[in-house]
Amino acid sequence: MSKFKKKKGGDLPAISTASLPDIVFMLLFFFMVATVMRDSTLMVVNTLPAADQVQKLDKKDRVMYIYAGKPSDRYQEKYGTQPKIQLNDKFATVQDVGAFVLAERASKRQELQNVLTTALKVDGETNMGLISDIKQELRKVNALKINYTTRNGDYTQNLR
Amino acid sequence: MAKRSAPEVNAGSMADIAFLLLIFFLVTTTIETDSGLNRKLPPMEDVVDPPIIKQRNIFTVVVNKNNDLLVEEKPMQISELRAAAVAFLDNGGGKGEDACNFCQGARDASSSDNPDKAVISLKNDRETDYKVYIAVQNELVAAYNELRNREFARLNPNVGLSYVDADRKYSDPRTSPSEKEALKPKLDAVKALFPQKLSEAEPSKTN
Repeated sequence: MSKFKKKKGGDLPAISTASLPDIVFMLLFFFMVATVMRDSTLMVVNTLPAADQVQKLDKKDRVMYIYAGKPSDRYQEKYGTQPKIQLNDKFATVQDVGAFVLAERASKRQELQNVLTTALKVDGETNMGLISDIKQELRKVNALKINYTTRNGDYTQNLR
Repeated sequence: MAKRSAPEVNAGSMADIAFLLLIFFLVTTTIETDSGLNRKLPPMEDVVDPPIIKQRNIFTVVVNKNNDLLVEEKPMQISELRAAAVAFLDNGGGKGEDACNFCQGARDASSSDNPDKAVISLKNDRETDYKVYIAVQNELVAAYNELRNREFARLNPNVGLSYVDADRKYSDPRTSPSEKEALKPKLDAVKALFPQKLSEAEPSKTN
């Protein structure tokens, strides 16, 4: 018997997967840091229009969000296809906007109550009538700072 | 005696656990959009005595229900709107105390006196699409920004920022207070030259 066995040729050594957890953890941390938890589930279609002259929105605690658009597919059976307003987690009518703003304002700290911005996240396909009604309601409760939230992009995308 | 070593913990399943977490975060992530066009609504109380504005100082933009644009009673494409608004704001046709010494426009007597007097009036129909409305708003803001950039560069030749960049820096919470202090008078000076006077009329009804 020979002491030196001939090594078996041809077999590739297995690739070490020891660094796989490290890579996955790296990705994991990236997503953990980048994640913002949405505080309300969207019940409307919300494809924002594009604009390029945008300004950054204020800090998150100074903003209240009003969503509007067509109800998403699974709500269409119940609520129809006409654009609707969503406040927090439920559909609302135009008349509810004022009360919503007052409630939001009351829930903020005293020093922030006068610097609140209302962010309108409205689907691009919505008619302006609904938005004008919202704006009218906002004027009634003196919430005058608004922000039309948009995607960043060229305006020509809106015209297609 | 044989050396006893602690048995190694099997870390093979660590990757599985990490993957599980990773997929959870991937699914729950929504990249929030947090930028847009800032606007200020007019207060509700009725103005008792509305100021009289000369017709030549008003730039009327109407968007109808078919999303067509009517600018100063003439149909126009959105792509031409920015240049038209710039020409109107920068016209500087005023004489005497209304004269505008920094305007570079055509000085047409039938257009605006000076940027301080010039008002853009935007009117839309109830059936106008929101995205078209945003496109129009965007172009009008772009016209203001273009002129403000020009004046900012003229007044502060060695800052190396445009007005838009400076404004973004000013509103960035990471900018130090001393830098903000330095930027504020510069921004205010340009804002005073080209104040954003964009009036949104209540929409007309179709029927």
